[in-house]
Amino acid sequence: MKLSTAARADTPRALLAFQRALKDALIRPLAPGDRTQRHWTDGRPMTEFAAAFIKPNDRLTALDRLQIYNRMYWFRLLDCFHDDNPGLRALLGGWKFTRLAEAYLARHPSRSFTLRNLCVRLEGFLRAEPRWTAPHTALAVDVARFEWAQTVAFDGEARPVIAPAEFAHRPPSRLRLGLQPYVTLLDLKYPVDDFVIAVKRRDALRTEASNATTSGPRAVASKRVPRPRPGRVCLAVHRMDHRLYYKRLEPAAYRVLAALRDGAPLTRAIAAAGASAKPDRVQGWFATWMELGWFCRR
Amino acid sequence: MPANAFNAHTDYGIGIGLRVPHYAHILEKKPCVDWFEIISENFMVDGGRPLQVLDRILEQYRVVQHGVSLYFGSADKPDRAHLRRLKALVKRTKTPWLSDHLCWGSVDGTYTHDLLPMPYTFAAAKRTAGKIRMVRDYLEIPICVENVSSYAEFHASEMTEWEFLTEVVERADCGILLDVNNIYVSSKNHDFDPYAYVDGIPHRRVGQMHIAGHTKFEKYILDTHDHPVLDPVWRLYAHATRRCGVTATLLEWDDRIPSFQEVHDEALKANVFIDGAKAARTPGTGAAAAVR
Repeated sequence: MKLSTAARADTPRALLAFQRALKDALIRPLAPGDRTQRHWTDGRPMTEFAAAFIKPNDRLTALDRLQIYNRMYWFRLLDCFHDDNPGLRALLGGWKFTRLAEAYLARHPSRSFTLRNLCVRLEGFLRAEPRWTAPHTALAVDVARFEWAQTVAFDGEARPVIAPAEFAHRPPSRLRLGLQPYVTLLDLKYPVDDFVIAVKRRDALRTEASNATTSGPRAVASKRVPRPRPGRVCLAVHRMDHRLYYKRLEPAAYRVLAALRDGAPLTRAIAAAGASAKPDRVQGWFATWMELGWFCRR
Repeated sequence: MPANAFNAHTDYGIGIGLRVPHYAHILEKKPCVDWFEIISENFMVDGGRPLQVLDRILEQYRVVQHGVSLYFGSADKPDRAHLRRLKALVKRTKTPWLSDHLCWGSVDGTYTHDLLPMPYTFAAAKRTAGKIRMVRDYLEIPICVENVSSYAEFHASEMTEWEFLTEVVERADCGILLDVNNIYVSSKNHDFDPYAYVDGIPHRRVGQMHIAGHTKFEKYILDTHDHPVLDPVWRLYAHATRRCGVTATLLEWDDRIPSFQEVHDEALKANVFIDGAKAARTPGTGAAAAVR
């Protein structure tokens, strides 16, 4: 549909075309200086595009008015990305983090009614486009997975906990336990839990120090959190009493939980722990997990 | 007109928005508040702390749902999965009415997370009204649509904003959430008389009002919700209250949020204007002339 027809918005089709065109303009990345780009996708001046839809007044041109919305879109989404990824921000530094955010949001505009889901595709994006995080892509992927797991743990679904009596009489070879949807299991190449905790502590201290008059707290607060060295860590990110927790798991315990999560029957899941896992040790894991309420019906 | 079909014949008084920084204060101190408005989307989650807090609030307070993502004006069809989630929340909160904005904001499944102004055309009004009816029938509660603040006007418009609002709500047979601050902000950005706006809408359909603060820039005003209500907005609120009757009123304060007490005290200032409107509408007290 021609732009001039869409701009009339006087039929259902024209209204749809009107909204598509303006949406494309609003979500278009900003040019340097946080300004709307100078040209539309077909090469025409952006002033011409804006003027086709928007009235000017004696203070603002049509493009000025479009730019208000273009900026608000980007500022809103960048703020949200910023808030959801403190660890990634600390890892990459401000400039690189912002370039990553812009690239991600340009590639994956929000497809959800809630900004809670804004970073749902971030892990895949980091793997697909490592140039934004190089040379620390593997670490960045771990941090992004860890931070998304916190979103899931915060408000993910909690199903009714399965009681031992419900499965006591079922043969372990056929018993399949479900893992609570709010629990995320992570097998990571870096101890990013320690890293993100240190970042959050530093950021909290920064807030505390913001009104300080002495140089002491500021000096502490401005310290860069060192990047973690490689080291395998298995984690369960979960919640208890509506608070977030990160529980480190032995690799064998991780394998058991991952097998259960993936639908393996109990016998096969326990076998995944390996021969070195003693029965009383495995029993201890299960007692803890049951107490934490991690199991539900599949 | 303290109650009408569009707010389910309730008389809710003055409420404030339920915001995270105030959770601890509300749950511990249990302050006396007429009602809380919640942003529906913040609680359309599967579990966790948001729903736990909401349930505790519901034990003590009346709650009304206000949404930011139905996008009645979007040309897309309503998302049934979204409506199912919303209906589950409606059942949980028992909100007597539900409000969302007269705007668009999503196309083809891409969300701008903004409340974008409509082109005020008859085609848009017809489509928007149809969508409101559909949502109301699905949710089975009264719907009030809120006028948004805006920074752009379109060549396509065939009528004023208040004529468009009237066209939509009459076609949809729904209520109005009259945001007085938004009227003021848009009136400055688009050079119209805010009193003409208030006078030009069907007053019998106003089921709720919003008041809020805004920020003035050199060439336009932004609807920032980060200040106390400014005097011109209070004056417009007084006028709207005289026109529409005493209506459930909600103070929005969404950024740089001060203490609970400060927000609540600001909201309660509305009582001054409500009392004035009551006096003006009481026979024998002499109707006060509209003061601008």
